[in-house]
Amino acid sequence: MNHGAMNRVGTIRLIVIVGLVGTLELLIRADVIPRRTILPPSEMAEALANLLASGKATQDIVQTLTCVAAALVSSIIGGFGVGVLIHRVPRLRRALDPFFATYYAVPFFIFYPVLIAIFDLSLLPIILMGFAFAVIAMTIATLNGLDRVPKVMAKVARVHRMAGFDTALRMKLPAAAPHLFTGLKLCVAYSFIGVIASEFILAPSGLGHAIAYAYNDFDNRTMYALMLFVLVVVITANMILHGWEQRLLRRWQGR
Amino acid sequence: MNATAKRSFDILLVLVALFVAWQALYHVVGDTALTSPLQTFAYIGELFTTKSERFAAHAWETGRAFLLALALSYAIGMSIGILLGAHRLSGAVGEPILVALYSLPKVTLYPVILLVFGLGLSAKVAFGAIHGVIPVAIFVMNAIRHIKPAYLKTARTMNLSPWQTVATVIVPATMPEIVTGLRVGFSVTLLGVLIGEMFASKQGLGFMVMNAINLADVETMMAVAVLLFAAAAIANGFLLWLDHRLHRRV
Repeated sequence: MNHGAMNRVGTIRLIVIVGLVGTLELLIRADVIPRRTILPPSEMAEALANLLASGKATQDIVQTLTCVAAALVSSIIGGFGVGVLIHRVPRLRRALDPFFATYYAVPFFIFYPVLIAIFDLSLLPIILMGFAFAVIAMTIATLNGLDRVPKVMAKVARVHRMAGFDTALRMKLPAAAPHLFTGLKLCVAYSFIGVIASEFILAPSGLGHAIAYAYNDFDNRTMYALMLFVLVVVITANMILHGWEQRLLRRWQGR
Repeated sequence: MNATAKRSFDILLVLVALFVAWQALYHVVGDTALTSPLQTFAYIGELFTTKSERFAAHAWETGRAFLLALALSYAIGMSIGILLGAHRLSGAVGEPILVALYSLPKVTLYPVILLVFGLGLSAKVAFGAIHGVIPVAIFVMNAIRHIKPAYLKTARTMNLSPWQTVATVIVPATMPEIVTGLRVGFSVTLLGVLIGEMFASKQGLGFMVMNAINLADVETMMAVAVLLFAAAAIANGFLLWLDHRLHRRV
């Protein structure tokens, strides 16, 4: 697709999204959808601005983002490390493959109460859920990436008498990078889902807890403001990663 | 030992290691937080015999919600996927929106669903379905987009009617990818239904686990969680087997 066509697609996409939000706004303002069910998007934005200005949500926001960051960093480092180790032992890898294939098919959250029973109601079970949800995606992405390092690269490295560390850094890492990036994107999405869903189910504080609390309190303005906040943060994070990935892909393909 | 037997043996070793780790964790954290593997399986036995009435009612509730949600996920997801796959421009416009929706923590939207549908079965079904629709749509869309043009040209050359083209070319060519989508949709729909039950419900297995933690009833919590785990793993194993078979055939 050339650049002009891509721009056209982007414009249509924008019109579709604006149209959908606008239709929602109109339907609520015309009382087709009752106000107690859903607020008009403009009022959600206004409520969010007020909430952020009042500082009432700051603590929950900081806590959730800290948990997500902790889950993200630990799952990327842990998943990558475990992936590299498993890739070195093909026999172990073959034995673990069916477990990886099953991992995301089992309803993990059902074990969240067990974690609470072990660690009490603190931030640790929440971070652990985010970590557990994300880490295997990174492990699988690392394995896929290392699988696709061309054999000729190892030979080139030997010809140039590169040290093991140099081979890893300059040959294997760039060759595996597109897959590692896919893993990174999944880790971001899964860390958010793991942390917020845990907070939602049972937690002392945090954004998920604040939304659930506002729901139980019939406080729709706060609830929709916080929802909008989560959606905006996650979508922004995704868009930044997507843009970054496209730039890297262009550079790799341009070589 | 041949390769398959050796691999099965290794997989068994991993399973044994998992159980050993579970037993070790039990000794570390004690029986206020965890039951041992043996205790858990004994309690699962009780759930099927002496306590079967209560368990069956909750399991039926979850099963019914899950099947309805799954039917909706598949029907809506496939419709969206076919539409976006067949119409190039809609696909180009819609794909990033679908991918963005896929990575959202949909649990944040659960209160909206509760406000729309009220507490009860329909909210759980709707929540499960919004989880499942998107991956099914993404896989079906890509399956249709990636049909080899030569297949379609061949169909035209042989003067097949539209129905014949669909039945003998498009369906067999897209089936492997679609089954992958249905498999992913299956797991996330189940996850959606269970999270829905854990957050706001008075019935179902998700509720049973949440209720157990409030009563500090570790036995029920562990037994139901392990049972759900096993059921999901077995269902996934079957779908994975089907998936691999179809992918090999093409």
